[in-house]
Amino acid sequence: MRESQPNTRRLAGRVNWEALLALLLLIAVVGGTLLNKDFLTTDNWANLLANFVEIALMALPLSLIVITGEIDLSVASMLGLSSSLLGLLWDAKVAVALGIVVCLLVGALCGALNGFLIVRFRLPSLAVTIGTLALFRGFAYILLGDKAVADFPPEYIAFGIGVVPYTFIPVPFALFIILALVFWVVLHHTTLGRSLYAIGGNQTAALFSGINLSRLKMLLFVTSGIISALAGIVFTFRFSSSRADNGTGFELSAIAAVFLGGVTVQGGKGTVTGVVLSLLLIGIINNVLTLADVSNEILRIVTGSLLIVSVLLPNIIASTRERLRLMQRQKEIANLSAASVSK
Amino acid sequence: MRQIDLSISSIVGITAFFSGTLFVNHPAIPSVVVVLLAVLAGLLLGAVNAALIAWGKIPSLITTLGTLYIFRGANYAWVHGRQVNAVNVPGSFLAIGTSTFAGIPILTWIVLILLVVFSIGLRQYRAGREFYAIGSNLNAAVLAGINVSRLLATGFIISGAIAGLAGALWLARFGTVDATAAEGIELTVITSTVVGGVAITGGVGTVVGAVLGALLLSVFSSTLVFLRVPSFWQQAFQGAMLLLAIAVDAYLAYRHALRSRVKWSRV
Repeated sequence: MRESQPNTRRLAGRVNWEALLALLLLIAVVGGTLLNKDFLTTDNWANLLANFVEIALMALPLSLIVITGEIDLSVASMLGLSSSLLGLLWDAKVAVALGIVVCLLVGALCGALNGFLIVRFRLPSLAVTIGTLALFRGFAYILLGDKAVADFPPEYIAFGIGVVPYTFIPVPFALFIILALVFWVVLHHTTLGRSLYAIGGNQTAALFSGINLSRLKMLLFVTSGIISALAGIVFTFRFSSSRADNGTGFELSAIAAVFLGGVTVQGGKGTVTGVVLSLLLIGIINNVLTLADVSNEILRIVTGSLLIVSVLLPNIIASTRERLRLMQRQKEIANLSAASVSK
Repeated sequence: MRQIDLSISSIVGITAFFSGTLFVNHPAIPSVVVVLLAVLAGLLLGAVNAALIAWGKIPSLITTLGTLYIFRGANYAWVHGRQVNAVNVPGSFLAIGTSTFAGIPILTWIVLILLVVFSIGLRQYRAGREFYAIGSNLNAAVLAGINVSRLLATGFIISGAIAGLAGALWLARFGTVDATAAEGIELTVITSTVVGGVAITGGVGTVVGAVLGALLLSVFSSTLVFLRVPSFWQQAFQGAMLLLAIAVDAYLAYRHALRSRVKWSRV
């Protein structure tokens, strides 16, 4: 009966999340160009790409974590902690290069704490990272209080706001592209990447097939810590400002990007390409709205809604698909019984 | 029920400003009406969560994280830098926040009454028991014929309504409300609940425990203030408390499981 399936079902089966995202991206670019004459300029694109680079960085390890069925809500707090630490160290006349190393190490430690609590105590990652969301942000406030450190050396600021020579691509964004490629290779072309899908698909089955769950999860959370710390460093140099409240609430955008990118909440599904597309989409939407003088508050509403829609939409698609399948099954049964009657 | 509502702080914030605006626009409005309208507003916002979670099948964490920002964003857009001042709020309403009855603040009385209602509701009534059933084992609950969607929705609507009440009381207590009212209190609420023995994995916990948890936390934070610990330590402290609470809870559950296994092996 396979060959005689109706077109509707084939169509539903082919709705590809990435294609949909690419289409939305195209619509957003065309819409942006039509709405605002400043949209399709290299200056604006340099701005656009730079503006979501921290979120984009954090979204990479986060999507891997969500694929294994876990979550890390503490990313933005690790960003804030790393930014504060960098400022504090610079204020204490520590060389910036050393400060950067220390920040990355502290990020790794924070991630390791998350991983340790989740892996060793078998605590739900949601609960743990809500806790560390507060804890790490709290550490940032303890370090820096309400002070701000601003006067970073110019060569590092240049890293934050400069562009790759002969292009309009901001240096931090180039960093993101490289990391995205690395994550793409790891997730889609290594045993490790396949193991992550296996964990998300069925944890018990993954365990019995010899995957070292604890080590992989630990690795993911530590990576998330390091990349978030890196995002904190980028943020600090981009705005030349180190404050304890840097990046507050960024976890929402990162999580929204991951889910909009087609990574499912239940785990086991999603691609790096999808997440990169959704990051670009969110970046463009924010940019268009900002160009149109839409206030920050409305942007918050938009991001929140995107998060909800990005989960609601696949659910609706899945349930429609299921309904179509049932209808098809019923039709087949009706046909069969009709055929047997006519016999 | 193994669900979570992160949007409460935003609901409290928006209903606090809403109650204030009612007093500003209609100075003659009775306090009771304002409280009722605030509860109704909270209930409606809770219903948005409920619809998305129970019928949209979106995990509550995602939904309420989204609505946390949507409600707060809407609040900012609506308030637009204004604020409600104590001058505009009638003294009789502010009295709810400051006066006492039989030596105990009225706010405490309200909490006590709700505490009794919720305790009895959760212990003695079928719906209350069904909440625990869903949290302990969702599949078993479905097989036992429990209407999970409806109970989920009820839970989030109640959460919204209570947050609405809390919004009105927030105004009564502080008098002055701007767009940032109650920002971040969801963390305190979650920490209190978990410290009070409600398992984050669902199925276990009492309202009394949660309120005691809140009491413990506020005693601790007052102590921190008395000890002249800088206020910047508060958030880290709260995060650490939350982590400690879930870790201890998991440890106790583990010990319990170990002990019952030993008992069984002896049989």
